[in-house]
Amino acid sequence: MTAGAGSPHEIPPSVRERTARRRWVAPALAAVFWVASACGPANAQVGHGRSPGEGIGTPRSLADNAVTWPSGAQLTRALLLRDYNTRIVVLGTTLLGIAAGVVGTFAYLRKRAMLGDALSHSTLPGIALAFLLVGHKHLPALLLGASASGILGVLAVVAIRRWSRLKDDAAIGIVLGVFFGFGMVLFSLVQQMKTGEEAGIQGYIYGTAAAMIERDARLIAACAALVILGSALLFKEFRLVCFDPDFAAAQGWPVLGLDLLMMGLVVTTTVVGLQSVGLILIVALLIIPAAAARFWTDRLVAMVALAGVIGAVSGWLGSTLSALMPRLPTGAVIVITAGGLFFASMIFSPHRGLLAGGFRRWRLTRRVAYQHLFRALAELEESAGEGAACSFKDVQRVRSWSAGALRRLVSRSVRRGYIDADALPLLRLTPVGRTEARRVLRNHRLWEMYLIKYADIAASHVDRDADEVEHVLAHEVIRELQWSLAHAGRVPPSPHPQEVSGP
Amino acid sequence: MRWEWAIDGWIVLVGVLSACSCALLGNYLVLRRLSLMGDAISHAVLPGLAIAFLFSGSRAAWPMFLGAVVVGTLTALLTELIARHGRVERGAAMGVVFSIFFAIGLVLIRQAADHVDLDPGCVLYGNIVQVPLDALDGSVPAAAVHLGVVLALDLLFVLLFYKELKLAAFDPELATTLGINASAMHYALMVMVAVTTVANFEAVGSILVIAMLIVPAATAYLLTDRLGVMIMLSLVAAASSAVLGHILAAFGPSWVGIDASANTAAMMVVVAGGLFTAALVLSPRYGLISRIVHRTALSMRIVRQDILGLLFRWGEMSPRAGAPMLRRDVLQAVGDSRLARAALRGLERSRRIRRVAVLGGAFGFVLTSDGQVQASKLVRSHRLWEAYLAKHFQLPVDHLHAPAERMEHFLTETLSRELRAALTDPPFDPHGKPIPEAPEG
Repeated sequence: MTAGAGSPHEIPPSVRERTARRRWVAPALAAVFWVASACGPANAQVGHGRSPGEGIGTPRSLADNAVTWPSGAQLTRALLLRDYNTRIVVLGTTLLGIAAGVVGTFAYLRKRAMLGDALSHSTLPGIALAFLLVGHKHLPALLLGASASGILGVLAVVAIRRWSRLKDDAAIGIVLGVFFGFGMVLFSLVQQMKTGEEAGIQGYIYGTAAAMIERDARLIAACAALVILGSALLFKEFRLVCFDPDFAAAQGWPVLGLDLLMMGLVVTTTVVGLQSVGLILIVALLIIPAAAARFWTDRLVAMVALAGVIGAVSGWLGSTLSALMPRLPTGAVIVITAGGLFFASMIFSPHRGLLAGGFRRWRLTRRVAYQHLFRALAELEESAGEGAACSFKDVQRVRSWSAGALRRLVSRSVRRGYIDADALPLLRLTPVGRTEARRVLRNHRLWEMYLIKYADIAASHVDRDADEVEHVLAHEVIRELQWSLAHAGRVPPSPHPQEVSGP
Repeated sequence: MRWEWAIDGWIVLVGVLSACSCALLGNYLVLRRLSLMGDAISHAVLPGLAIAFLFSGSRAAWPMFLGAVVVGTLTALLTELIARHGRVERGAAMGVVFSIFFAIGLVLIRQAADHVDLDPGCVLYGNIVQVPLDALDGSVPAAAVHLGVVLALDLLFVLLFYKELKLAAFDPELATTLGINASAMHYALMVMVAVTTVANFEAVGSILVIAMLIVPAATAYLLTDRLGVMIMLSLVAAASSAVLGHILAAFGPSWVGIDASANTAAMMVVVAGGLFTAALVLSPRYGLISRIVHRTALSMRIVRQDILGLLFRWGEMSPRAGAPMLRRDVLQAVGDSRLARAALRGLERSRRIRRVAVLGGAFGFVLTSDGQVQASKLVRSHRLWEAYLAKHFQLPVDHLHAPAERMEHFLTETLSRELRAALTDPPFDPHGKPIPEAPEG
């Protein structure tokens, strides 16, 4: 744990070993990627770095397709962070998750989510140039290059949006594609000119979280601290800019400056995260926790905190999983974990979730069906006299229910005591049912009359409009309707004379 | 390095076919603001490729093609689902879907890495330089055949549904009312994008696909307002970036003294980006330069008219007829700028104003008779508009000047005549100043 990154003596053996292995692979990779002829297994592996757990697993034969489950000892080792490597990686990705979740929330609310994608792709030429100029993998130079060209990419998006008639999406797509292409051109040159570490480029595209060393983790920690501090200090301003930029500008806030600060935090997080999750997937860490958190709350403070937690959990769970199981690329597993949390939120959230929404819709549909049945019965009673029973056929004539749906509806109403069970197969309302039916009928008629009186709707059109509203009229609205139409307590007569005197 | 038709010819041909097939569909993506859909689909097909691979156990074209197309279409569907039912903004929904798919694809590939001949690097930049190896025995390379078929399919799709696609791109609601199923068109387009993306993968990789779906179409969009022309221009831009891209990739580095050749597909993208930048700057109607020129011309016209109006009012107010207004005062009134000084020089040259020396070595300006005519037209517009505003908008008198000051530059002769008629020939404006007579004729 005390290993300093600066002196080679203190670097733990596992890291040294890994670095050595990378040196060995690099020239081969460089050749392979340029010619791109044999897309063989060797280079497919190195794209993602090696998971720390890989050393634990037994050697595998080529035909072995079975999943190697970790033993209990391995599980506790990984979960309790006993491994130095695992500790660094888990800590680093967790912190990265927090930072990305927090800053991603603001970007998401400012509708800048995909700008992060353009940003991360446009860091590539900067990384390549830094390689070209410095000549080896010098971290500060790489970070500087990545930030500079990332910022340039964002500015290019802004410029295209401002100076042409192209919209956001096209501007982002153009910058993303062209910058990435340019980065690739530079890298194809780098890879031919030199031998050595520079094949580490793949690490920036797909991420090599497993290769994280203490220095990287410290950098991420510093970045997370900066992001959290910045967001906390500028919380009020960011909130204003996210929700009502026009109002903020009218109040005299420097919206552009605040936007730039926000983008600055996004750039920092992206650049720092490049190495671990890679430039294609870093945008997922910015968007997914924020989008998932949005399902649970309508308050910004809670959303920021929740996005941070979701990011942290994905980082922790993802890196632990990839440490435990062989051949799981850490960045991808983190993103899949975050995706799982997103879909869980989308399905199970109590307010905006699919299940809750579906349940609410189902309950409303059922209530509407009950009310339609009651109203039909009440109207039939009205013409045939109180306590009269009618047949299924009569009801079906009024409203086009299928026989099965009507039977189910009736049997539910019987169970609830709204329809007299003794009268079956004829339908007769019980006293409780009659009260309820009259209430429904009254709502319907009141609304019809209101529409005729105040909205100038012809009587023949009123029924359908009233049909839609009657189920959702609140008590206060009904009281007001009664007052304005002076029909307190009674069921008003139907405005359709032919219906009352009907069959 | 030397140019050899047997090798470079095939590379260029494959590049052109691939770029054109992408650009063709890209027009509709750009118009429908779905540009990022191409990006999303081309990332998201990775698991489709991997799954097809795991099932079929070979790199046979059909299963992989099918798997990728299914997953690509699924991306479009899932994005729509999340955006609609989860009330997530569409761009973000796209980001969620494609990044998760891409991550799944990476895991699958990694899991299968021992037996599978699939590599994310290949997916990124393909192996276009490999294409001619197929043709060594004199046959046509498979990639050229595949891409030719895809381009033909895309062309057929666009030609068959030209009207429908156009309507759905510009006005989906109108398309729906006319009986065209806009969402069916949307998904048909998405399927075609997925097909094109996948077919292009092996040859050129996803970078070229993503860029070619957007950049040539965006370039064309800056140059024209007509869909047919836009499609043609985008094809031209795509084809020329493919040709130039290969030349630059092969020979460019040696021109700057680097003994290497650059990645061809990536260089094609860079050239497409260069063409886009050129269109952004140079486009005759929407380009930066033409807009700057137009704006400067307009500012110049307004400053010149302001100076003429100023001198006219000076002539009205000054006790002595023909008294010059000092240059310093003129510049102070219209705002001293390089533009204003140039306007003064221009007016003098075209004999609208005349230089008059005054005591103390300074000089001032008066209107010539030509200038007088023009200036009176302008002041008439100004005062007529003030009178009109005062009559019809009930604005207080001190609120009339500012809008009239803006409007005077844009009132045409006909309009002032109609204003005059509508106001029944008013002699004075609301401030009590006389409204100059219309010039004869």
